[in-house]
Amino acid sequence: MENNRFIIAVYVENKAGVLTRVTAMFTRRGFNIDALTVAETEDSEYSRITIAISGDSYAKEQVINQLKKLLVVKKVEVLDDAPIKRELMLIKVRNESKNRADIMTAVDVFRASVIDYSIEGMCIEVTGNPSKIDAFVKLMQPFGILEMCRTGIVALDRGTTTLLSK
Amino acid sequence: MLLNGAQILVQTLIEQGVTDVFGYPGGQVINIYDALYEYKDKINHVLTAHEQGASHAADGYSRATGKVGVCIATSGPGATNLVTGIATAMLDSIPLVAITGNVPNSLIGKDSFQEIDITGVTMPITKHNFFVKRIEDLADTVRKAFSIAKSGRPGPVLVDIPKDVQVGKYEFEPQGIVEKIPLPKVKEELIDEAVKMIGEATRPYIYVGGGAAGLGMGNEIVDFANKIDAVIGCSFMGLSAVPQENERFLGMQGMHGHYASSMSQNEADLILAIGVRFSDRATGNVAKFAKNTKIIQLDPDSAEVNKNVRVELGLVGDVEDSFKRIVAKCENKSNPAWIARVRELKAEEIAFEEEIAAANQAPLTPKQVFEIINAEKLPKTVITTDVGQHQMWTAQYVRFDRPRRWVSSGGLGTMGFGLGAAMGAYVATKDPTVLITGDGSFGMNLNELATAVTYKLPIVIVLLNNGVLGMVRQWQTLFFGKRYSNTVLDRKTDFVKLAKAFGAEGYLAETPVEFKQAFQKAIKANGPVVIDVRIDKDEFVLPMLPPGGAIDDIITKVR
Repeated sequence: MENNRFIIAVYVENKAGVLTRVTAMFTRRGFNIDALTVAETEDSEYSRITIAISGDSYAKEQVINQLKKLLVVKKVEVLDDAPIKRELMLIKVRNESKNRADIMTAVDVFRASVIDYSIEGMCIEVTGNPSKIDAFVKLMQPFGILEMCRTGIVALDRGTTTLLSK
Repeated sequence: MLLNGAQILVQTLIEQGVTDVFGYPGGQVINIYDALYEYKDKINHVLTAHEQGASHAADGYSRATGKVGVCIATSGPGATNLVTGIATAMLDSIPLVAITGNVPNSLIGKDSFQEIDITGVTMPITKHNFFVKRIEDLADTVRKAFSIAKSGRPGPVLVDIPKDVQVGKYEFEPQGIVEKIPLPKVKEELIDEAVKMIGEATRPYIYVGGGAAGLGMGNEIVDFANKIDAVIGCSFMGLSAVPQENERFLGMQGMHGHYASSMSQNEADLILAIGVRFSDRATGNVAKFAKNTKIIQLDPDSAEVNKNVRVELGLVGDVEDSFKRIVAKCENKSNPAWIARVRELKAEEIAFEEEIAAANQAPLTPKQVFEIINAEKLPKTVITTDVGQHQMWTAQYVRFDRPRRWVSSGGLGTMGFGLGAAMGAYVATKDPTVLITGDGSFGMNLNELATAVTYKLPIVIVLLNNGVLGMVRQWQTLFFGKRYSNTVLDRKTDFVKLAKAFGAEGYLAETPVEFKQAFQKAIKANGPVVIDVRIDKDEFVLPMLPPGGAIDDIITKVR
């Protein structure tokens, strides 16, 4: 079976230990998390966990069913029909004069922004689809990446439907 | 009324209908034990020799009755000693509430004396667990624990209560017993689909598992098999779920299942699976398992559908309701060719069993032991086992006369389970209780003999003593060129004397006559009896599907 990346949104109780329960399930069942974000939602009693994982249709079905069994999980949904996906990255690159113009062009084209600047290096913030972030990283590689930090994906469905109303 | 936390806990247990608990005191549960002392006329506490015994006793208590079993242990080592018992219950979906004490909130996270993060430790082996941080939440948390343990697919729940919560005071108002959360009903279209598939089947096989054992639908299943002219087989966990004294019942299938049961399951064109999870021990190689067979699976747990084998139709929800609706809609059927084929398989099974029995010249064989047990055991007898060859022989040979009489660790395969579980089963039912064990398994937790003697629990312990770890030895014989690495026990234990040292009775049996006499005496005793039954070290459990093998690889003879 073919391996695909898919994104799962999970509404969970906003309590201590909940993230451990969710991630422990992945360990226990042998699934690997590619990216994970978690934060409070519009309702402070719940947190929303967005998980990107790779797997075949079996993995997808099992992950969803096993997540649903956790008592701290209120709702699980796969967001695979082109939802709105965003990721944020902070990336620190070497600021050499011979590369400066190229870096600034890339920043411009990717609609990124320079948020810290010194003679030796600059820090750039990029937001967008994970593939856009990947492309930006690739572009910066020749200039010397000092450090980078990605948030992992956050995703919502289009339109007025919400996870809880589905 | 204003109570302290320990009193609230015990009051809530009483409120939830708990009459017996198993446990062991310690520093961080002294307050709970003080409350148990106060309410001892309402709740019976059985003091075991080891916390593991308490966890298995609570498990056996539950298996024999369907009630939620309860065990109590102190923090740290007390709590970790419950772990094997909790995992055993988890793998077999047994409702259990384990209560542990912990150090006071102020000492949590400081590596205090006997502090352990038991909710962290038990996260993957409980259905859910709780750390009760505030006394305000204590009673409701315990109620929730009972609700979770028994609702849907049952399982163990652990409640960890720090000392300061046990000591603190709060208002308590008794409530009623929490009811099981009802399972969703399956959509009518799916029921119709199942009825259509059953109608089209000409070789139907009803496959009964542990999920059905808890529902008490045995007679209905037999009636339905008569109606659609199907045969019935069961998983290890499904033993005792269905009345066995009928021609359609073929017994356990799988790795050590009955030949006719495994073979006909493979040849069936439809398997109606009720509360089974298609474990690897039941299926062998899943790619080759019942390849040309359609499967309808009834289960409360959606994650079990398509987990181990692909099924044509999964009916997730209230199993009993789905089954009854299917039964009501199905037409009578007749499948004479199928029944004739199954009879053929059954005849083959009987033939090679007789051949094996005839070739066996040992003074006392496991088959003879079980024939005597079947003939002599009293009505309602609960059969518990440990794990190994003796367990598989029990599963193959023992005839059960009603549901919930089969108490054995299936999923986890816990050696040392049996004696604790037998104590729990007896405390729960007061029905005759027989433990079938081996010298390996019995050696693991025989300390509980002390408990059985103290509480005068009349457990008949049939110890099949072959001086080896027989099941591993069997694998070594078949798959490792007879390299018997660490499976020859060669111990000098005299089990008769050992029983007497604990204050129990002990008999030695080396022939069928001796065993029969010993067993007859044992079932009349008013305390535990150990029967040291000497069998040959090279008895085999047959048939056998090699691990990961398919039905064609079935071993029916060892030369």
